[in-house]
Amino acid sequence: MRGSVALCATAQPFIMKLEVLITRFQQKDVSAFERLYGMYAENICGVINTIVRNETLAQEICQDVFVKIWHNAASYNSSKGRFFTWILNIARNAAIDEMRSKSYKNQKKNLSADSFVGILEPEGSHNEAAIDAEGIRRLINRLKQKCVEIIDLLYFKGYTQKEVAEELEIPLGTVKTRNRNCISQLRENMKK
Amino acid sequence: MDVKEYIASGILELYVAGQLSGEENLKVAEYAEMYPEIQQEIEEIEASILALSKTLSPKSSMQFDDIKQRIASDGTSKVVKLPNRKVNWLWYVGWAASLILAVGAAYLYLQNEELKSEIKVVKDQRIDFEKQIEEAQNSLAESESLLETLRDRNIKVVPLGGQEVSPASYAKVYWNKEQQKVFIDAQGLPEPPEGMVYQVWSLTLNPLTPTSVGLLEDFISDENRIFALENPNYSEAFGITLEPAGGSASPNLEQLYALGTVSG
Repeated sequence: MRGSVALCATAQPFIMKLEVLITRFQQKDVSAFERLYGMYAENICGVINTIVRNETLAQEICQDVFVKIWHNAASYNSSKGRFFTWILNIARNAAIDEMRSKSYKNQKKNLSADSFVGILEPEGSHNEAAIDAEGIRRLINRLKQKCVEIIDLLYFKGYTQKEVAEELEIPLGTVKTRNRNCISQLRENMKK
Repeated sequence: MDVKEYIASGILELYVAGQLSGEENLKVAEYAEMYPEIQQEIEEIEASILALSKTLSPKSSMQFDDIKQRIASDGTSKVVKLPNRKVNWLWYVGWAASLILAVGAAYLYLQNEELKSEIKVVKDQRIDFEKQIEEAQNSLAESESLLETLRDRNIKVVPLGGQEVSPASYAKVYWNKEQQKVFIDAQGLPEPPEGMVYQVWSLTLNPLTPTSVGLLEDFISDENRIFALENPNYSEAFGITLEPAGGSASPNLEQLYALGTVSG
């Protein structure tokens, strides 16, 4: 509870700022856009990367996504969801479209074949990226495999609850609660 | 509503994942506004996904400048609508150009007309000047011939003095006996009243006999006031009287304006 109070204190001005930023961004303020880009670009590129598994391609798509949201800024409405969720959705669709395009059709038959964990297994483990990956590994390695799967499918691959249930062969009602538990675990891992 | 139960249901995680229907989304957004705990829960869920997804990002960082450039060039690709605009623009320029052209043409036309009329005025003036020069030349020739005449060695100059009627009057008679001509310089005589005319008389004194030499016709219109008359007489004196138009057979001595005797 102490922790959440502290978070609340920092989160509040952040919200204010975010709303202002989004409004300014929707009014085609490039500097606001740059701020939002700074806030979400890595995350969005990361999500795309989990889908396309090609850093160069991921960056290309990611760039396209941000250009797209710039042009579609007016279509975002906070009542429909989080700003991040809005970009996330656009990014997922862009990446999946790319994977379904001719050039990748034959290479990857099933998007769900690999979870994001694969990305976190770099060839070498002595470079900075590897050190960085240490913290990440801490985040994820503590996640059970079933959590990795469900988070991957729901957040990064955009599967619906029903699709997740089918993919993981679990009851539909379980998807929601398992996901809740997995996210809670992730949050716990972040605090440590 | 039981906020804790609502949070525990896992709906907020699905909200962040973007897996809810539009209706459900609206409801969550509504609750989030009503209950700060819900808002906070949403943010924490989002933060965890942000943290996780950040770790999956490509290692080489992307530059915002690339995107900036693209949206800037998209800005110009919005200007690719320019072709449409350009047509409009051209349309306006076209009209502006033709308007300017029309105004310009009108201006030039008016100027041309003005110049034409100026040329005409100048031409007329030139004709006037030519006439004046011709007149001046004629006048000069006349004056020269007159001067030559008066300078003739055979000329006798007879000054005529003013008389009672007009004491200020005077005249001169230049008499060429050989050519039997007199030139009357009537500069010193007043203009004759209408219907009257000056008449020049040749006089012999003993006895006093006047003989008419002639009339100073067109006195007013003759600027030189020099009149050439025939004088075959043996004159001892000349007189000028004012007579009714057409002249008289004998002089009216009451209207004697000038009189002078031939000397020597």
